[in-house]
Amino acid sequence: MTSLSAKDKAAVRGFWDKVSGKAEDIGSNALSRMLAVYPQTKTYFAHWKDTSPNSPSAKKHGITVMSGVADAVSKIDDLKGGLLNLSELHAFTLRVDPANFKILSHCILVVMAIMFPNDFTPEVHVAMDKFLAALALALAEKYR
Amino acid sequence: MVEWTDFERATIKDIFAKMDYEVVGPATLSRCLVVYPWTQRYFGNFGNLYNAAAIAGNPSVAKHGKTILHGLDRAVQNMDNIKETYADLSVLHSEKLHVDPDNFRLLSDCLTIVVAAKMGKAFTGDVQAAFQKFLSVVVSSLGRQYH
Repeated sequence: MTSLSAKDKAAVRGFWDKVSGKAEDIGSNALSRMLAVYPQTKTYFAHWKDTSPNSPSAKKHGITVMSGVADAVSKIDDLKGGLLNLSELHAFTLRVDPANFKILSHCILVVMAIMFPNDFTPEVHVAMDKFLAALALALAEKYR
Repeated sequence: MVEWTDFERATIKDIFAKMDYEVVGPATLSRCLVVYPWTQRYFGNFGNLYNAAAIAGNPSVAKHGKTILHGLDRAVQNMDNIKETYADLSVLHSEKLHVDPDNFRLLSDCLTIVVAAKMGKAFTGDVQAAFQKFLSVVVSSLGRQYH
């Protein structure tokens, strides 16, 4: 797909400024939601005692993932370079099927729409969608 | 046949009973045209789609958004029979409109986001699961007669 234009990056940074204070909530909510809406994603968390959407593990992990997204925003000018370590982690250790990046991205967008209905305009939506797709691509960089 | 739980049936009926078609229809289609601009290929005669503001203010987009959303009513009323209910619509989209069926998925993602924004916290993970299950049955039925 397409790379991020200056306009996209500005939209992502601008929206992130508004929402970063709620990043933990966004992350927890998105991950819990993903487990509920796409139960097949629970297969990656068989090592948790409780894989139900509202479990403490799910909420905590959502926070972890979202701090990765926050980091990516700061590295938006070079996602592939900036996320090299995370890419190696996902490629060699976690081996998450990249189709799941799309699934989680969708859940993040839904949570943003719920929490920021007025700010999550179609223009912000397209920029965030592109950004999350670019992030996913950077994460899958080392897969093969 | 699709198995629906009581919760799923109630959730779908409830969402559509409270749906503000005049707002959600236009918002969904215009969001789709902005977020996935290649979908504009089907609307060459809609006039000005040059930017998000033009799309949002375009009366043809608004009108068609409502048409599409009301098209879902028959599925809501025939949840045990969506495949048959949409057989003709599927043929129409394939043979006459020539719409790539992947677009049904794109539009339903936009609808999910618009409904989520409207419902706020009430759009829980379980409600989203039910809503997306319903939409995936619709999407599948609409693509079924393509060949």
